Amino acid sequence: MDYLDYVQMTKGQRLAYKIKSFFTSIPGAIKKFFMAIGYFIKKFFVGIGNFFKNYGSRFANGDAGTKLSYIIMGAGNMMHKQFMKGLIFLAAEVAYIYFMITFGSFYISRIFTSDLVLLSSKVTRDGMQYGTATVGRVVATFTEDPRTGVDKINEAIPYDNSNKILLFFILTVLVTVAFIGVYIANTKSAYATQKIIESGKKPESFGNEIKSYLDERFHVTLLTLPIILLLLFTVLPIIFTIFMAFTNYDKNHQPPGNLYQWVGLKNFAEVFYSSPKKSATFGKVLLWTLVWAFFATFTNYIFGIILALLINKKGIKFKGFWRTMFVITAAVPQFVTLLIMRLLLDDHGAINSLISGIGLPSVRFLTDPNIARITVIVVNMWVGIPYTMLISSGLLMNIPEDLYESARIDGANAFQQFTKITFPYIFFVTTPYLITTFVGNINNFNVIFFLTGMSESAEGYYVATKTDLLVNWLYKLTIGTEKAYNLAAVIGILIFVICAIGSLITFNMSKASKNEEEFS
Amino acid sequence: MTNQTSSQNAMRTGYARKRAIVNGIVYAILAIMVIIWIFPIVWLILQSFNTETGMSTHLFPQGFTLDHYKALFSEENSQQYPYGQWMLNTFFVAVLSCVISTLFILMVSYAFSRLRFKLRKTFLNFGLILGMFPGFMSMVATANIMQIFGLEKSLFALVIVYSAGAGLGYQVAKGFFDTIPRSLDEAAKIDGATRNQIFWQIILPLSKPIIVYTALTTFIGPWADYIFVSYFMGDKSENYTIARGLYLMLEPESVNKQFTNFCAGAVLIAVPITILFVIMQRFYVAGVTGGAVKG
Repeated sequence: MDYLDYVQMTKGQRLAYKIKSFFTSIPGAIKKFFMAIGYFIKKFFVGIGNFFKNYGSRFANGDAGTKLSYIIMGAGNMMHKQFMKGLIFLAAEVAYIYFMITFGSFYISRIFTSDLVLLSSKVTRDGMQYGTATVGRVVATFTEDPRTGVDKINEAIPYDNSNKILLFFILTVLVTVAFIGVYIANTKSAYATQKIIESGKKPESFGNEIKSYLDERFHVTLLTLPIILLLLFTVLPIIFTIFMAFTNYDKNHQPPGNLYQWVGLKNFAEVFYSSPKKSATFGKVLLWTLVWAFFATFTNYIFGIILALLINKKGIKFKGFWRTMFVITAAVPQFVTLLIMRLLLDDHGAINSLISGIGLPSVRFLTDPNIARITVIVVNMWVGIPYTMLISSGLLMNIPEDLYESARIDGANAFQQFTKITFPYIFFVTTPYLITTFVGNINNFNVIFFLTGMSESAEGYYVATKTDLLVNWLYKLTIGTEKAYNLAAVIGILIFVICAIGSLITFNMSKASKNEEEFS
Repeated sequence: MTNQTSSQNAMRTGYARKRAIVNGIVYAILAIMVIIWIFPIVWLILQSFNTETGMSTHLFPQGFTLDHYKALFSEENSQQYPYGQWMLNTFFVAVLSCVISTLFILMVSYAFSRLRFKLRKTFLNFGLILGMFPGFMSMVATANIMQIFGLEKSLFALVIVYSAGAGLGYQVAKGFFDTIPRSLDEAAKIDGATRNQIFWQIILPLSKPIIVYTALTTFIGPWADYIFVSYFMGDKSENYTIARGLYLMLEPESVNKQFTNFCAGAVLIAVPITILFVIMQRFYVAGVTGGAVKG
């Protein structure tokens, strides 16, 4: 359909067309999403292919020095008179080999051990059996049974700390990846210097190269430390958590003292189908999380914009005063306001004493699970509307005044101005904000925790209440006596998958709807 | 002639009256909303001066006293609820993580905004994906790591958690750096300045607002965080920060005695944070809308 057909349609038809094209764009967006993944995978493999091709061709075209540096790092640089650089590469190689011999190899050997004989009563009770792949090793002492002549285990003591082994295993892998990077840089550097010498120029002096880290290579200087810390304290824990999801790390397998084992996909199976109570809880909590995120996002968004419009309406005085009043509530730390709300809404709290004061029956705002679901959404509005107001008032002032002027001349009333100018403008600018708020609400731990965190688990739920979101469930699984770390890790991974797919698809769709906007 | 003007006047007054009515309704709505929004905060402040101790069944206080503020720092109360210690802890963690985070954020933002290098796009994409992991998904793993490094139940563990991932929070500052004209860099480059010098001597002096914003947000963060402290510190209450400590006062067994002290404690920390937030709200807006507000 082209533009002419579109302008000839009546209003109703246009609306129908827009709705239709929104829904027909969904498969396209999903297709695009998967095509993007496919493209990424293709690019990844082509990259690997090129990597090996270049790696091989540098070796084939290299001279003796370059070839030697494939085994002895830095040899190429040293033979091309870059001694300092060559020495640094050599030192890196020596350090890595030393690290692997004294440290890395031990943890790699212990990550997947099955050489334990566990027949002692203490350990069999925990369900460990001979030959199960375990993180770490158990040491047992034997004595021969004089009557039967069979070895008997006196004592089986967990010899390792599973956490330590898993952590240092991941660390060893990260160090190895980094070392491969240095190794490749070494071959590249050797080959590049060889080329420079062959073309008759002088290779870069070490001093100049150091200086370049303050100029051409300044990004290396700036990014190294933040990235290392990010790897150690953000990436490493995430990988650790992902590994945890495949173990039986729960309250019966707490290191030190007990080892945990690899259990494959068992935890995922439990969450999805094999454990009726856990999978039912997961389904119900997931559904409530999505319902909550939808209402929490859109109630705040719509009422926040309306509040901003009211404050910014022409002829309303003391705009600064009104705004500051709401900003103050947004500025008070959230845990304070939420705790006040919990106290106010308590079964014997101030609001209920007010209600019973005028002769009405008191309301169990937070203790009745169904009322609590409404209460948390309403309280979340109280918490969130000032934020949206703050953001959208800034945007409202940015809308060019002449748009409204020409609309008024054309006879548009206030409502039409809102639907045709204000709302499209704000919606367009705030789409990314809307997506991040939605994802943020899926993970909105605070509101739920501070309001209903002390409630008892609900009937038919596995350590969760009816108002708990996935993140709150995750938290409850890890604290107190529960300590179901493996299950919590599975939930964490699932939350990530939901958030990532959700934001990628909406991001693609908002791009698609932007194109559609241009069309009309 | 006169007839016409009088009808025009009538029209004008009719219009004015209609507008006055509409505005009146708007004022009424705003007034009701302000009461709803400000009431809990006023209630908190009033309770902190209440002469009754503990949970009151009265909506409004029965008298005025400063006792609860004194009680917070009193010897007797500090045995179980060391409010002063919590404040010091929070301040310590906040200052350290503010310094580290601000430095990291500025460094990373400058690199992504001004420098062009081979893996720039890849890093930006990885940052986007890493940002999608919920912060405390890996909390158990982080706590294990801290334990192995000997930082169990230590304030340094909190500093590391709050600041090690700071590099990911580059968006706002990067958006700001993007608005500084590139011609400045080029002029400096022609004069022989290195990128290092440009960063320290040209870009940073021009970026005071964003430095202040970054420092304030990273400073405020630890004052409001509950979950990491709660998980890391367990029952070691002398190492709690303010949010966890105040929550402790409201546990079911203590709420009746500690409620008014909680109010006083909450007011004490809410006042400075509220002031800081009101000062920097402009940057906050620019931050969340991705720099869309550059009016």
